[in-house]
Amino acid sequence: MRVSLFITCYNDTLYPETGRAVVRLLERLGVQLDFHPRQTCCGQMHANTGFRGEAFSQAKRFVQLYRDTETVVIPSSSCVAMIRDQYPGLFEELGNETLRNDFAALAPRVFELSEFLIDRLGVEDVGSYFPHRVVYHASCHGVRALHLGDRPYRLLAKVRALDLATLPNVERCCGFGGTFSVKNAEVSSAMMAAKLQDVVSTGAEYCTALDNSCLMHLGGAMHRQYAAMKTIHLAQILAATEESPVEALA
Amino acid sequence: MTQPASDKVILDPRFAPPFPQGALNVLRNPQLRKNVAHAIDVIQSKRGKLVAEKTDWQELRSAASALRAHVLENLDAYLEEFEARCTAAGGEVHWAADAAQARQIILGLLRQEGAREVIKIKTMTSAEIQLNPFLEAHGVKTYETDLAEIILQLGEQEPSHIVVPALHVNRAQVREIFARRMGLENLSDDPQALTAAARTYLRQKFLTIPTAISGANFLVAETGSVAIVESEGNGRMCLTLPRAMITLAGIEKVLPRFGDLELMLQLLARSATGERMNPYTSLWTGVTPGDGPQRFHVVLLDNGRSAMLRRPVERQTLRCIRCAACMNACPVYRQTGGHAYGSVYPGPIGAILTPQLMHLQHAQTLPYASSLCGACYEVCPVKINIPQVLLELRAQVTNQERHQAARFLDPMYLGLRIANFLFARAGRFHLAQRFGRIGIRLFTRRDGWIHSLPSIGAKWTQTRDLRGFPRQTFHEWWAARDKEAK
Repeated sequence: MRVSLFITCYNDTLYPETGRAVVRLLERLGVQLDFHPRQTCCGQMHANTGFRGEAFSQAKRFVQLYRDTETVVIPSSSCVAMIRDQYPGLFEELGNETLRNDFAALAPRVFELSEFLIDRLGVEDVGSYFPHRVVYHASCHGVRALHLGDRPYRLLAKVRALDLATLPNVERCCGFGGTFSVKNAEVSSAMMAAKLQDVVSTGAEYCTALDNSCLMHLGGAMHRQYAAMKTIHLAQILAATEESPVEALA
Repeated sequence: MTQPASDKVILDPRFAPPFPQGALNVLRNPQLRKNVAHAIDVIQSKRGKLVAEKTDWQELRSAASALRAHVLENLDAYLEEFEARCTAAGGEVHWAADAAQARQIILGLLRQEGAREVIKIKTMTSAEIQLNPFLEAHGVKTYETDLAEIILQLGEQEPSHIVVPALHVNRAQVREIFARRMGLENLSDDPQALTAAARTYLRQKFLTIPTAISGANFLVAETGSVAIVESEGNGRMCLTLPRAMITLAGIEKVLPRFGDLELMLQLLARSATGERMNPYTSLWTGVTPGDGPQRFHVVLLDNGRSAMLRRPVERQTLRCIRCAACMNACPVYRQTGGHAYGSVYPGPIGAILTPQLMHLQHAQTLPYASSLCGACYEVCPVKINIPQVLLELRAQVTNQERHQAARFLDPMYLGLRIANFLFARAGRFHLAQRFGRIGIRLFTRRDGWIHSLPSIGAKWTQTRDLRGFPRQTFHEWWAARDKEAK
């Protein structure tokens, strides 16, 4: 199977190890990977801040780059949610017939990583090994926009030696919210403090998620507070094996 | 107890501080935050249990959403039907285009009654038009009869929630207010003692004041009826003892048929208070000789609603039945409570309703008072896609602001403009990544982390670190690997 990886702008710049993990994981599962060198951003940051015209240009760019692609995989649920929930409205308002048709044909072939593994590849056990206590942060877009449900948990359950902690108030927002984290920095921080309390109470060594954006926010606070916990994208846990642990990707 | 002027709560979007500042006042008040979090946790857990027992909850939501959407599509016809039926039953219907007109109509009706005092059933719509201060300024004393509203009125406080307006006040604070204002020095903070004190206070008002004002949960077009749902029965007292009743209702409150209440009441009680059925549901139709108020007026309020009706995305805001499930579910509201929103309508629904009621001339920070987590949409019994409306309003605010000279150097606007320029071509984006990587070294400590950034970045680093930029981007790694493979 051929898959084109849309890495997202912030993973490309700030979290390349997540991208490398996706590559290692999918290639291990026999997937042939492409990477479109002209990719940049899905437009979410602009759309969510009210810059609709700018968001539209990026959305259009995404569709034009990927319309001939068999399958697109994105290791970020909020970017997938942007594409599924906001592109139709943007194209309805600002796009033309061709763009709308191209998008309608492309949309069902765009997958978030856990969706791709479970729904498209039909695997839960991806052969990983991660001997740590881990807590899963269910990001809002994963839960309420993509309806990922138990997919991430099914993947985590099959990771050998992994001890999965239960997170209280698991569906409550961590307070990141994109530009919300700076436009309403104080409220965002108060929400983060509440989330960290729940996350740290689990006694896990790692907090994982399918969005590095939430993890940047939570991990940044953990680092500031010298908390006994680190953040790690789920792709990195799934990529880790006994022979080649997670550190090899760092 | 005097408070610094900056802490004064203003629930008027024209004068209230922007949301981030209003929120900051609350964030520094642990007592208030504890009260709010405790109260909504209690309601949320009750709601969760009762929603779970309805196996057809999603079907009920779909039906209610469709019904409310249908009403809005045909609002003119249903309002005229309501007016005709209500008039035929002995009521009198008045139309108010805005808050000022509604206040004048109500004052005129009270003067007609010769009323110097009036008792009130809890109504957010009267708070929306700032009725109480207006009436007091014109010589009519207002008495709230809902327990929470009494607490606020006697304590000279502002509502922070639309269903439980005094949820930011705890029992000890209620005791203090009642003891001081009712002259009961030995009052205990036992809930029974507090409600008994309120009852004594209220009975005297019910028995002596013959004029009442109410809001409406629903208007029924088919019968011309008005419905009020409540928990305490004080509304029922206002509906039986007075000689005259004036009901103030937003034009969106109408339902087509009496039978539609069956659907709406199931959703409302569970969503609002986590009860299968609210304790008191009062329905009245015009005037019944010898029973209840003998003069009955309905004031139908537009106040920006028909402008909302014209806009296809924002229109859904008017489906709202004021259950407050969205604010109870909102992680932002959980931290800030209601006062931060600077409006009588707080929380997610307030964040979309208030700016629209203000014709987007005030409250422009409210559409941004959300992390877009979607919890509000998930619980909304009439399926208002609040995040979608927030985004629509954000786009309007941005269009309004982006051409203002002051915004040109605003770091957020500038940053997003530059980002858009960079994202348009991969070459530009990659060049910016390379320069950014060098530039950020200035701020990166030896441990590889950034602890402090200037300008808008400081908003991030005031509570969080940021990992320094890695030496190689993903696309650089991919290109190098590709080359090696060849």
